[in-house]
Amino acid sequence: MRIAVVATCLGDAMFPQAPIATVQLLERLGHQVVFPADQTCCGQMHVNTGYLDAALPVVRHHVEVFGRALDDGVDAIVAPSGSCVGCVRHQHAMVARRAGDEGLARAAEEGAARTYELSELLVDVLGVTDVGAYYPHRVTYHPTCHSLRMLRVADKPLQLLRNVRGLQLVELPEAEVCCGFGGTFAVKNAETSTAMLADKMANVLSSRAEVCTAGDSSCLMHIGGGLSRLRSGVRTVHLAEILASTDRDSAVPASTDIVFEEASR
Amino acid sequence: MTAVELGMPTVASDPHGHLRGTESFPRAAHRALADTQLRRNLGHATRTIRAKRAAVVGEVDDWEELRRAGESLKADTMARLPELLVQLEEQVTGRGGTVHWARDAEEANRIVVDLVRGTGADEVVKVKSMATQETGLNEALEAAGVAAFETDLAELIVQLSHDRPSHFLVPAIHRNRAEIREIFLREMPGVDPSLTDEPRRLAMAARAHLRRKFLTARVGISGVNFAVAETGTLSVVESEGNGRMCLTLPDTLITVMGVEKVVPTWRDLEVFLQLLPRSSTGERMNPYTSTWTGVTPGDGPQTFHLVLLDNGRSNVLASPDGRQALHCIRCSACLNVCPVYERTGGHAYGSIYPGPIGAVLSPQLTGISGPDDVNASLPYASSLCGACFDACPVRIDIPHLLVQQRAAAVAAHTRPTGQDLTMQAAAIAMTTPGRFKLAEKALGLGRVLAGRKGRITGLPWPMSGWTNARDLPAPPAETFRQWWERTHS
Repeated sequence: MRIAVVATCLGDAMFPQAPIATVQLLERLGHQVVFPADQTCCGQMHVNTGYLDAALPVVRHHVEVFGRALDDGVDAIVAPSGSCVGCVRHQHAMVARRAGDEGLARAAEEGAARTYELSELLVDVLGVTDVGAYYPHRVTYHPTCHSLRMLRVADKPLQLLRNVRGLQLVELPEAEVCCGFGGTFAVKNAETSTAMLADKMANVLSSRAEVCTAGDSSCLMHIGGGLSRLRSGVRTVHLAEILASTDRDSAVPASTDIVFEEASR
Repeated sequence: MTAVELGMPTVASDPHGHLRGTESFPRAAHRALADTQLRRNLGHATRTIRAKRAAVVGEVDDWEELRRAGESLKADTMARLPELLVQLEEQVTGRGGTVHWARDAEEANRIVVDLVRGTGADEVVKVKSMATQETGLNEALEAAGVAAFETDLAELIVQLSHDRPSHFLVPAIHRNRAEIREIFLREMPGVDPSLTDEPRRLAMAARAHLRRKFLTARVGISGVNFAVAETGTLSVVESEGNGRMCLTLPDTLITVMGVEKVVPTWRDLEVFLQLLPRSSTGERMNPYTSTWTGVTPGDGPQTFHLVLLDNGRSNVLASPDGRQALHCIRCSACLNVCPVYERTGGHAYGSIYPGPIGAVLSPQLTGISGPDDVNASLPYASSLCGACFDACPVRIDIPHLLVQQRAAAVAAHTRPTGQDLTMQAAAIAMTTPGRFKLAEKALGLGRVLAGRKGRITGLPWPMSGWTNARDLPAPPAETFRQWWERTHS
């Protein structure tokens, strides 16, 4: 299958390990991955902060870039982010219609129908739950709100994790409660966001996991940022990185690099 | 009373009543988050109600169909609200009641105060009612020399402690039983000084206090859960039976209802009386469902007035998407599942309507007057986690309404804010791939900030909101784009 990857703005600039792992995983499974280089951002930050007018050109840009990819014979579009896919699927057409651009709304819907979050692509489209990964760590999984309640990915990520060799999956208590990230909420209502994070971290720590994983780098940036501040000894790793890991090539998260680097000085 | 004789307004100058607080959500939340007692009380109470609701909702096989039925009935009702209200008025009038129309809180209060005065009574008993909390009726009555006694146990606790409700269903959810005992000892006339914080003892104390009022009051004031247009029947759903005392014992009953409470037919109650108790108290059926239709000679109140309250609802109805907020049946399921509400409590929202539904209802009812309007901060009091939509028994798309109200808040900016400029700059970068690459390069400078620590621990405002509690990793040495160019071209 020919698959276009949405790196996501955050993934491209701050957490490239997630889209890199997505590419490596899909290539290992025998697919051809393309990266439409003109892509920027899906516009989620603008939409969810209430900047629907400013979001319009961003949405149009995304729809056009990936529309061209589909025209060039791409079969599916994938993003290692539940919230970006949520925005593409549930908000792009709304932003276009609100601006009275029905043509863009239809194009957005066509693109959205071919856009998948990583676990959806693997389980629903490619029909695979064992990706041949190897990851010998104790891992807990946080279902991000948008993957859970916007996309309804249900237990697809867990199905994938259960088939990873060497991985010890432990349950996260109160897993379905939001971690408190919420995009600009984390800054505009920083204290409430932090209060929610405190409870999420308490649950992560109580699971005695070494790694907390999820399908969204943004939520992981939040949870990981808190765990790092506390020197908790738990790191956050994107689901794609775990699935891309094999016994030949294990994904070493950037955050571990940092800790090692610091310790060696 | 003096104020009224001088021709002054009987309530606070805001004609909307209690729909707007005095400070923004983040400011109010700052205080609430530091209140350990509040955090503990709310955490315990919402956790308990959530578990009860999940259990009784889980046992209904056709719950999703019921939700869809509730959603459809409400959508139909809103689509023909004017005709249904006229029908309700005709039916209530035809059965011996009198209907009054109030455009705002101020007018509703004036109508009720005049009606109470007309009876010569200086005391009224009240059934728990969000509508009269919204209008600030108790303050208006007090200003007119009429003492209003709340008879719902939780509402009584709130009134005795000179507090405000923080939840639709459990107005004193922010109090625990030790605090309630102290409030009773301090404020309840003639209370037994050896009162303990045993729930039964507390309830008995309240019962003794209230019974005196039930037997003497000549006027009862209530809200409404449902008003059936086809028959003119009103309904109140409750747990304690105190509401039924107020609805049946006084000579005069005055009911204040938001216009959105109307349902077309008696049969529609079949859906809502299943949805409401399971969603709100987590019970299969609420203990008391009272219904009354106009006046019945020799049985119950012999004078009945119905006050139909608009107070901004027509504005909400005018918004094709926003009107969904009027579908709310005040079950409070969205409050109980909201991680923001659970940690900040109801008072942080300022408005009498807290939680996710309050965050989309209050700013629509009042309108957003400008960038400094505290209600403009309410739609941002959410991480958009979506738990509210899943819990809502009538499927109100609260996350979508939150985004929509954020857009309304942005549209109310009369001058560009720092946030506006950031968003506009970001939008320009995000539509020009060349500029986006440049912006990514600039972000790489963050590696300097991170320095040898490898993590960013302090940033200037507004990003200090992040780094006060969370680290940021250093930006990567190579972006994804650079990696792709290196490995795939």
